[in-house]
Amino acid sequence: MSAETVENAIAKKPAEALFSKRRKKLVSDPLVDDNPITIQVLGICSALAVTTQMKPTLVMAISVIFVIVMSNLVISLMRNTIPSRVRIIVQLAVVATLVTLVSEVLKAFAYDMYKELSVFVGLIITNCIVMGRLEAFALGNKPYDSVLDGFGSALGYSWIILAVAFFRELWGSGAVFGIPVFEYASSIFGPDFKLATNGLMVSPVGAFIILGLIIWVQRTKTGYVEH
Amino acid sequence: MQQSNTYIITFSVILTVVLGLLLSGTSQILGPLQKEAIALDNKKQILGAVIPGEEIAAMTPEQVNTYYANRIASVVVDINGKEVTEQNGVAVTAETVDIAKNYKKPAEERLYPVYVFHSEGNPDDVANYVLPLYGAGLWDAIWGYISLDTDMNTVGGITLAHAGETPGLGARITEPGVQARYEGKTIFDESGELVAVEMQKGEGYNYSDNPHEVDGLSGATITAKGVNNMLRNYLGYYKAYIETKKSSTAVAAL
Repeated sequence: MSAETVENAIAKKPAEALFSKRRKKLVSDPLVDDNPITIQVLGICSALAVTTQMKPTLVMAISVIFVIVMSNLVISLMRNTIPSRVRIIVQLAVVATLVTLVSEVLKAFAYDMYKELSVFVGLIITNCIVMGRLEAFALGNKPYDSVLDGFGSALGYSWIILAVAFFRELWGSGAVFGIPVFEYASSIFGPDFKLATNGLMVSPVGAFIILGLIIWVQRTKTGYVEH
Repeated sequence: MQQSNTYIITFSVILTVVLGLLLSGTSQILGPLQKEAIALDNKKQILGAVIPGEEIAAMTPEQVNTYYANRIASVVVDINGKEVTEQNGVAVTAETVDIAKNYKKPAEERLYPVYVFHSEGNPDDVANYVLPLYGAGLWDAIWGYISLDTDMNTVGGITLAHAGETPGLGARITEPGVQARYEGKTIFDESGELVAVEMQKGEGYNYSDNPHEVDGLSGATITAKGVNNMLRNYLGYYKAYIETKKSSTAVAAL
């Protein structure tokens, strides 16, 4: 009886469910409770810079997801061979390579987007979220877990910048994904019904305000207090 | 063993080689596509000086290419306004002239492409002459295209682009609203001197009664100066060509 349980325990361990509770937590934790932007306050630079419109923000989000997931995978696969004395440089080399790949692909297939995002694609290299996840997780965990962890963090980053971009584009340019919502509103309610746009939202200052409001709302709800 | 110097060096060398190969391979594969994208973007910028930006934005890449092929004829001239067809035994076409590379040579040795916007199917029925511009902004290169009406004096439109001006300040030169300020301005004064068009310091003023001045960019005076220098320089380089076209249209008008 007791021998059987022991055997079961050993047999069960390597076959952890593909989406076990622990693994789900890896993805869901960074979405709200441990969000890289609103809780850890990382990656602010790009969150302010690229979020004037939804479209470039979406491209940025996809690029960041790709870079974080792939670098987590690669570093996790190599984790037992990386010499610890040069691990930061190794991480940097892998991240820089991936970012360059993204930027080359954008340049070939979406040149307008490449021009618009300009330096900020390259600056994914310095996004603290990427190196942070590599140092804190991928170096000590198995590839699949690392991929999930990276995906969660990247998703946490993405939804925040998309939310910021939504409000900034709506209030700054009166549009969502380039669709002029404010103009439609005027055409429905008559020409006297005019929604004013705010130039502040187009400048990075607008992003600070929106981000601050998001953090405020979130911390009120979760009751998070900075230690 | 993992910590020995030999291991670290070997590891680094292998990593560098693998990543290097990966990157150069990608750049080899994507290179032609990127060149195509850049060429298309260039055509869009040239067309941007003569037709509204929204119209171009609505076109597919194929449409841009056909429109460009149907409506734009191009020549290359030297500083004296003489047409150049070959250089060092190699045939020269306007589309292959790299403005940025030419910018590094002395002004007398550069090649100057001219893009002639004409009605469809009739290259002689010219509507605008589009001239490229290139210069230095605050942080990095700025460039663009200016279109002149057939009187070689009135600005039909301008497109401006930059490599790294400050977002929200100097980078605003790419905004349609800023570029529209140049439309209808003239580059020669009453006495026939080339004065170009100057962006002024400060923003929010009305320069509609002055044909050589446009409203400035608040907080981007140095970028505006760069644009002014670029316009004056390049219109100066093309002056000989502009004069020949001017006299020929004057003759035609008689």
